[in-house]
Amino acid sequence: MGSWYWWMLIGMALVTYIPRAIPLTFLEGKELPPIISGVLQNIPYAILGAMIFPAILLIKEGDILFGLVGTVTAFAIALAGANVIIVVIGSIAILSIYSLFF
Amino acid sequence: MKKLGFSAGMKAGSSIAIGYFPIALTFGLLAKTTGLSMLEATAMSILVYAGASQYIALNLLTTGTDPLLIVLNTFVVNIRHFLMTASLNEKMQSEKKWKKSIYAFWVTDESFSVLATRKEEKLPTSFGVGVMLIAYGSWVVFTAVGHLIGANLPAFLQVAMGIALYAMFVGLLVPSMKGNRKVVMLALLAAVINCFFYWTQILSTGWALLVAALVSSITVEIVYANRAKRKGGFV
Repeated sequence: MGSWYWWMLIGMALVTYIPRAIPLTFLEGKELPPIISGVLQNIPYAILGAMIFPAILLIKEGDILFGLVGTVTAFAIALAGANVIIVVIGSIAILSIYSLFF
Repeated sequence: MKKLGFSAGMKAGSSIAIGYFPIALTFGLLAKTTGLSMLEATAMSILVYAGASQYIALNLLTTGTDPLLIVLNTFVVNIRHFLMTASLNEKMQSEKKWKKSIYAFWVTDESFSVLATRKEEKLPTSFGVGVMLIAYGSWVVFTAVGHLIGANLPAFLQVAMGIALYAMFVGLLVPSMKGNRKVVMLALLAAVINCFFYWTQILSTGWALLVAALVSSITVEIVYANRAKRKGGFV
């Protein structure tokens, strides 16, 4: 790649950094109206829901059953009360076994 | 209770590091086949540090897309971080702006999720930085390793590890859902809206996520505000 590649990287770095930095610095010390603050506190749970579905079902292209097995496994382990790292490792383990056999 | 510091943060962020491992490895490998040198590939992970955009950039590079368009596309994909960091700001302890402007660089979907779902009212900066740095380290190191070894994990493990980040999201979400109808509603509504966008192809992934999360958060907040009003007090 030529020198343009590095200019592109700088551009990519800037446009990625801006949305990360502006809210964190500009909102520092600001008291937001309760309704806005309430909505912002809801965001993590809503975003998690949207980041999980439908993507978790599509982890193996053209094989939604694989995604479904993973989904059920992850939710089952999490509902049993295991912590995050166990949910992650357990899901990988079950899917490894599953894909070795099917 | 133990004070939440840097090493507690590293521990809390270790599931991100595991989840990033196969994705960064594959990125390094793909970058090599796209024709990037090890320095060029690793520099992208160091400077940009955004998984989805980096993959898209590789894809666009192979099709010979104008670099300016790649930058523009990166911005569009990452607009959702405006919402995440605004939300994260409610969770992090008050801190000097220059410090926040530094750790802001490391906010990703995953580090945001780990931090924003913590039970504590406010999180110390050192804890946040711990979570973020172990994730960043994994991303950068395994990009380089992927390029260096130029080979991937065994196929079955590669596919199975694709669940890692989603399993982490589930592991973060489920404990908050237990006994909390509001959290269940928030996640469910956003999931349904996002699935709708995916299957109808109305919005691209980045926008779909943003709109789904916003609509769900606002709707649920209004429902709960009205409910509180009807009961004549706070819930």
